[in-house]
Order: sequence, then C-alpha cells, then structure tokens
Amino acid sequence: MLAFAIRRLFEALTVMLTVALIAFALFRYVGDPVNQMVGQDATPADRAELRRHLGLDDPVIVQFGRFISHAVRFDFGISYQLKQPVTGMIAERFPATFELALAAALFAVVFGIPMGVYTGIYRHSWLSKVFLTVSLIGISLPTFLIGILLIYLFAVKLGWFSSFGRGEVTTVGFWRTGLLTLSGLKALVLPAITLGLFQMTLITRMVRAEMLEVLRADYIKFARARGLSDRAINFGHALRNTLVPVITIIGLQLGLIIAFAIITESVFQWPGMGLMFIQAVQNADIPVMAAYLLLVAFLFVLINLIVDLIYVRIDPRIRIYGKGTGR
Amino acid sequence: MILRLLAITFAVLCGIGASDGPTKTLRFGAQGGLNSLDPYALNETFSQGTLANVMEGLIKRDENLKIVPGLAERWEQLDPKHWRFHLRRGVRFHDGSPFTADDVVFSAERARGPNSQIKARIPDDAQVVKVDDYTVDFILATPNPILPNEWETWLIFSKAWAEANGSVHVQPASAIALDPGALKANGTGPFMVVSHEPGTKTVFKRNPNWWGKTEHNLNEVVLQAIPADATRVAALLSGDLDLIDPVPVQDVERIRQSEIADVLVKPELRTIFLNMDSKRDELLYSSVKGKNPFKDARVRKALYQAIDIETIKTKIMRGMSQPTALMISPLLFPLADQFHRWPYDPAAARRLMAEAGYAEGFEVGMDCPNDRYVNDEEICQAVAAMLSRIGVRVRLNVMPKAKYFEKTGPRRYDSSFNLLGWTPSSLDSYGVLSNTVRCRDAEGRGGTFNFGGYCNPQIDALMDRILVEPDTAKRNELIAEAFRLLHNDVGTIPLHQQSLAWGVSRKINVLQRADNQVRFDKIWMQ
Repeated sequence: MLAFAIRRLFEALTVMLTVALIAFALFRYVGDPVNQMVGQDATPADRAELRRHLGLDDPVIVQFGRFISHAVRFDFGISYQLKQPVTGMIAERFPATFELALAAALFAVVFGIPMGVYTGIYRHSWLSKVFLTVSLIGISLPTFLIGILLIYLFAVKLGWFSSFGRGEVTTVGFWRTGLLTLSGLKALVLPAITLGLFQMTLITRMVRAEMLEVLRADYIKFARARGLSDRAINFGHALRNTLVPVITIIGLQLGLIIAFAIITESVFQWPGMGLMFIQAVQNADIPVMAAYLLLVAFLFVLINLIVDLIYVRIDPRIRIYGKGTGR
Repeated sequence: MILRLLAITFAVLCGIGASDGPTKTLRFGAQGGLNSLDPYALNETFSQGTLANVMEGLIKRDENLKIVPGLAERWEQLDPKHWRFHLRRGVRFHDGSPFTADDVVFSAERARGPNSQIKARIPDDAQVVKVDDYTVDFILATPNPILPNEWETWLIFSKAWAEANGSVHVQPASAIALDPGALKANGTGPFMVVSHEPGTKTVFKRNPNWWGKTEHNLNEVVLQAIPADATRVAALLSGDLDLIDPVPVQDVERIRQSEIADVLVKPELRTIFLNMDSKRDELLYSSVKGKNPFKDARVRKALYQAIDIETIKTKIMRGMSQPTALMISPLLFPLADQFHRWPYDPAAARRLMAEAGYAEGFEVGMDCPNDRYVNDEEICQAVAAMLSRIGVRVRLNVMPKAKYFEKTGPRRYDSSFNLLGWTPSSLDSYGVLSNTVRCRDAEGRGGTFNFGGYCNPQIDALMDRILVEPDTAKRNELIAEAFRLLHNDVGTIPLHQQSLAWGVSRKINVLQRADNQVRFDKIWMQ
C-alpha cells in the first residue's frame, strides 16, 4: 500500500510538471501583462524596462526553469496585478473555495443518492418523474444560467438570500470561515446549489442506473426469496453494491467541483480561487495563473489517489498490484 | 447643484448634519477593485478617482469638471513659466500631521521619481521650490498654460508618513517585496481607508477632521469588486448594493422600471474611434498587395461615410452614445460646435472608392477588443457589416484587451484597422493629439497610442505651438485648426462618446461626473 502511494506521488510530480510546461507554453498567447500594469501615458521605454524586469523577454524555457526552481520552494512569485505573493493569495482564498466545494459535494450526495435510490426502486411513480425532470434541468442548463436564475428568484424576487459574496467571515487560526455566521451560511446556499446541481444530477442518474442493474441480479432475487425486508434488500444489498462506481465519480467530481468553481464563483462573486484565476486570466497575470493550474493539477492527482485507496477498501475484489498484500 | 442644495437644505431642516453626524453606510459595487493604494503606481481613472476621496490634490474639480481650489487655496502665474501656489492652512493628514509646502515638494519629487506612473503630471524639467511653509513655486523650462489641469489626481502625500512607511519611492511594478505604503493610505481627504483587500474589497470611513464643508451623510463606504455584470445588477435590484458602476446598456431599462433603483446616464469623456494603418507601405492582412489603400485620404473618407453612426447609436448603444466628429469630448473643448461629422452617405463613399481606384473594394483585417469599451465587439461587427456595402470586406479579429493591446499597441502595431477609446487624463485636447494623432515611429516613439500610425507634419507643428501658447483663446484656435486638418484628412474616424451609466438605489442622491469618478462626499443617503 505504501509503495503504491509513493509511486502515485511520483506520477503526481510528472503530471504537475507537464501541466506547468503546457501552461507556460500557452502563456505566450494570453496577451501582454505589461499593458495591464501601466497607465496609458507610460512611454515605450518604460514598458520595455518593465518587460525586462519581469523576465518576459526571456525564452519560454528559461521562464519555465525559473518558475520551477522557485516553485519547489513554494515561492510562486508576486502577482503582477495585486503585487502580493501568490502563495499568500492562494492560502487566503483556498478556504472559500474549499467550503463552497464541500457544501456543493455534500448537497449533491445528500440529495443525489436518495433520489437515485428512489427513482431506481419506484420507476413509475410520479415523484420519480419529477426527480428525473429536475435532473434533466441540472444536466442541460449551463451553470452560469442556473446561478443567475437562482439569484433572480431567491435574491431579487424573494429576498431570502444575498445575491453575492460570502457574508460575514470569522477567522479560526489561519482559516477564514463563513460557516460560523448566519449571513455566511445564507450566502453559501445559492452558490452551493448552483455548483452542486450538475453533480447531484449525475449521481442521481448513476445510482438509478446501477440500482436498476443490481435489482435484476440473482442475489437480490434470492434475498427476496429468503423473505428479507425490502429495506434490508434495497439498502443493505443493492445500494451497497452500486456504490463502487458512484464513489469513483464522486471523488473525481470533487476535483471538478473545485476546478469548475470558476464559473459559480464569478457569478456569485465568491471570493475564492476560481474568481482569482479568472481575474488573472483577464489581466494576463502569469504568476497567479501558473500557481493555480499547478494547484488544481495537484488536487486532481491527490483525489485520484484517495479514490483508488478507498476503492480497494470497499471492493475487496479489486487488487491493483497483485502482490497479495496481507495474504 | 440643485440636488446638493436640496440635500443641504434637507440636512439643515432636519438638523442631521449638525446633531447626529453622518451615520449611513454606502455599499458600492464596481467592475474592478482597488489594487495598490498608492495613487502613483497606476495611472487609471478608477483607482485615482476612488483614492481622491482619501487623498487630495492642489486643485479639485466640481461636478462640471471646472477647476476649483483644493489643497491650494489660490494660485497665480507670475509669468508664463512661473506659477505660484498658496496652500490651504490648518489642514491635517489622517495621522494628524500638518500639511505644508514640504509635502508638496516631496510629492512632486515622488511623482517624477522612479517607478511613478504619473510622471507626465509634472514636467520633468520643472523646479518645485518651497517659498515658505504655505507657498510653493513651480518654475518651468517652457511655458505650460495647462499645468494644473491634471492635478486633481496628483494626490499629495505626507512626507513624514511616506518616510516612516518606506514609501518614499513608488513600488516598482516588478517588486519582489511588498511595500507597506501600497496597502495603506494617509491623506487629507474626507474619507480614510479602514481596511483593504487588494482587488476585492476596501472599506472607507468618514474623516471627522476634514477641512472642507461636509455635504454628505455617510459614515462608511464599502467598495466591492463585482466584475460579473449580471451579478452586479442583481445585487442592486435585491438591495444588497446602493451604487453600481457601470450598468450594462441592456439592463438600463430593467433597472429603471424597478422600484428600488434607477440609472444615471451621462456622456463619458472617452471618445471611441477607428484607426486605419496609413503608415506601412503595404497594408497587412489585406487583399491589396504592394500598396496601402489607407494612405489615400479618399479611401479613409469613404470608410467614414459608409458608417451609419445613428444606427450604431440606436441599435447597439441603445441610445446611450453621443456621435462625434472630434477626438475629444465636446465638454472639454469650447469650439466643439464648429465640427460636424461627414454625413453618412454610402453612395458618396462608393464614388470615393472608385475615384481612388478601388471600385471593386478590398479585403482588410480589423482588430477589436471585446472587454474594454461598452459593446466594443458589437460596434466592430456593425462597422464590418456597413463597410461590406461599399465593397470593403472586413475580416474581424476580436480578442480580450490583454491580447488586443499586445497585438495592436506599442512595440508591434500589428494591425491594419482597429477600434480604440481615449480619455484625455489632462481633460485637454493637447493630450489627445499628442497621444493618438502625433506621428510615431515603428517602436512607438511619438504618439504612442496612434495605432494607425497616421502622420501629418502640419498637425505636429500646430501641436508644438499649442503646448506653449499661453493665451487661451489663441490656443483654442490652434487646437481647432489641428482638429480641422485631422477631420478633413480623415486621419482617424471618431465614432462617439459612450455613456456612463451608474445604477443607484432610490435612497441616494449622487452627483455624477463625466469623468466617471465617484466622490463619496457628494452622496446623500436617506
């Protein structure tokens, strides 16, 4: 197990290096950061001097090498726009994104799994049809539209929730949380639903399909023949066996939730990493973009690793490296 | 003015201004936030305009942009090269230190010092001399009749504070260590910075010891950056914000119909115009080889007359634009009414094209930003469609501003035809001409923002005279002459002044300035 984890970490490094290299190759095409940093009256000489200072005239490979040699020391440089260390900016904004992603994932699981189970068991009930219609909306409407619709309905028309931002935050250690204040929790509701809706839909449909599959299996028929209660069959036997692919998906989706929080965060002006990234792209703020892409790559690799480990736990049939560990 | 009078009357009647003191909190959502709090670090309207609530210049401008006394009570020109400024007495910075001539001299050096982005505010070769504690002389090498024009946003630092906070020089844009001065501010203005998260949120508090007369009732202002248009509008409509800037044109009607908010509209100072590359000998991105059709004034005029500016105004800008024949806002040039656009006339345009030998038209690439000006991309699309009617086939290349300025702007000027906007920071025609019309070389020396490379030595010669002409009437005549040459030769194609649109809660009264600066001390809240 340990060897497996170490091996995966090496893979992670390779993935991150590749991501960083591709990112750097692409940064040549994002535009000129210098124009966003100086005013309209700056002379061409001033601009050239600034470019030289930032090392933007060096070949890509030199810039890349410089970035990596700093990055191994967790120094991602200074944001061109905000003139702050990027590491600090990410540390400041990570909690917001993480809380949002967690709330969205929780929302997706807590509603998605029961809805999937229900629609799997009672295929023809009207409630199942309602659930499936809702899930169709979730899968087909783009995130920004859902966000704006929710804002319009619940903030502008009904006035239940605030239309943007994170509410009041309190600081616990280094972690700035919005979970401890009423306004913080209220501010979390709409973005979490927006971000989690697609995932909820996916989970619902997946659990439903798996349930339908499993309920047809022989061991379920035997269980029924033995006179077990519906509850025991549905949850103890059927659901449990549907969970392996569902957990994979949930795991991978958590990575996606963090990565794609960009859209939700810009619609709700949620002060997280995604918003920071999108602003960095607009201003060609290369240090911020590079650090963010690396972080997301790292998160993906990490989540994949965790999912693989859980996988082995849940389904004993899966043995990835057939060394017969423990036997 | 009337609003202000009403506000004051209201205040006096209710005794609010006198007894309770300002108590209201203004929640202000803008497209971007403040980054550095150092007003010399970025020459940009929003940052400087917002910081002008915290720090002040020697002059100020009223709601009609007329120059009024600021930290200088009065000033005089002893001779064309010698200006004397008499400073206001009894003014204190937020940290309690008194404001004196030393601070002005220090700020002048800082503004011209390393890394400053506002070097153009004070001539390089001017001497700034302290006469006594409350008198400062500016001794110039060449006459400059508009010396203090840009000084509303040359904000005065406290010398002692800057020295104590390691802020004697502006932090370089490539700094690797953070300058504490960039995150703090100490000025003489009506508001103080309480907290600052760069790019996101800044909180201001009223300065109870401000020297001026308080005409607002705000105790606190919370500025938040909300780049997403729809979110900003929704936040105003749901009552989460009291003031938003800007309102997207398509949302103006919706906000006006709501019960809780309204939209204030005013023509902005920025002029939107088109540049044609008349510099290169062979036009890039074109079907014409070996020559450049834009070198022919008839072709440039044909393009001008093929553009139906009224349709752009009604269909794309939804009425929120002011078509113009000039490169400067008519608000800023007294002789503006002498100028009229070449009429929209596709038939005349086709004739001009035929005369120039392009009866069949030609193909040309056009560069256009899509996140810089109001409906910039849509304007370019409309222009492309209109030009196709005279045979000019436009291949449109639309891109975000970061990309656009890299390709089209200084260093490369890799463009045949493009759209640009310009606000004269000095609120004067000279700045417009020297930046966008003066001849330049391939590297951008000269008129750096002359994206078409148009070059007319006669206009350049006039500009040199405008720069030093002390007599205002004569100077205006020279400016008009330069604009007339530009207009007749169609060096550029001016389109319009776009409109400012602020979304305001019906609870507040605010004075809207044409330069889009928000002055918190001109806001009254119910």
